[in-house]
Amino acid sequence: MKVEITTEKINAGFLLKLKGDVDMNSSSDVRTAMAEIFKQGRSGMKALLIDLSQVRYMDSSGIATLVEGMQNCLKTGARLRLCELSPPVRDVFELARLASVFEIFPTITDASSGL
Amino acid sequence: MTDDKGQTKDVVTLIVPSHPKYLYVVRSAIYPLVIEAGFPKKDARKIVLAVDEACSNIIKYAYEGDYTRTYSLDITVEAGRFAVELKDSGKKPDLSKIAPRKLDEVRPGGLGTHFIAAVFDRVEYDTSRGAGTVLTLVKEKR
Repeated sequence: MKVEITTEKINAGFLLKLKGDVDMNSSSDVRTAMAEIFKQGRSGMKALLIDLSQVRYMDSSGIATLVEGMQNCLKTGARLRLCELSPPVRDVFELARLASVFEIFPTITDASSGL
Repeated sequence: MTDDKGQTKDVVTLIVPSHPKYLYVVRSAIYPLVIEAGFPKKDARKIVLAVDEACSNIIKYAYEGDYTRTYSLDITVEAGRFAVELKDSGKKPDLSKIAPRKLDEVRPGGLGTHFIAAVFDRVEYDTSRGAGTVLTLVKEKR
């Protein structure tokens, strides 16, 4: 089961949309997509927004990938903002108790503001 | 199947190739069985996650990334109780090193064992067989 990844350039930086299952089989694809964004947005990227509304499943490798993304954002001075967490993603965040670690927004519009 | 008390108890066995592309097959099979056992959807999603993490650990640690092996799941479904025995024939874990990591450490990795321990009431590793490990996971409905 693959994850569909869409990358959009937005004013503040990039919007990454994930659709499907982010698990041990597919999280490396997300990591690759993020690495490409960090390469492209090396200068001037204010934020990376990740839309998680269409994620049907996420495991610990998906969480690890998001943590790596956050650490890479911190290195470049950008913000990582997560938007529209689907119920399965909320479950895994709840179990990992990482909700306070990430910036989480109900909508992409909310996540885009104040950047 | 019916037990001594007249309760229905079914056992479903899955034999799965150790390639991570088949993890979704395990998840797809587990979810309706957990619902069948009477757990609400939110609990069912967490149980599926924890079983998936146990399977991922077999692939990563017992088989050390060898995608050509197989492992099995014996799933017992009864009203208000879900149990699964995962059997592999790979490297045995060092039981003294299996521990959920501290959640205040914000770093990638190490979360799978925490999820398993947080979701299931009983987590038992049996390494006494000749080869491999049997991991028993049990969840009772509250």
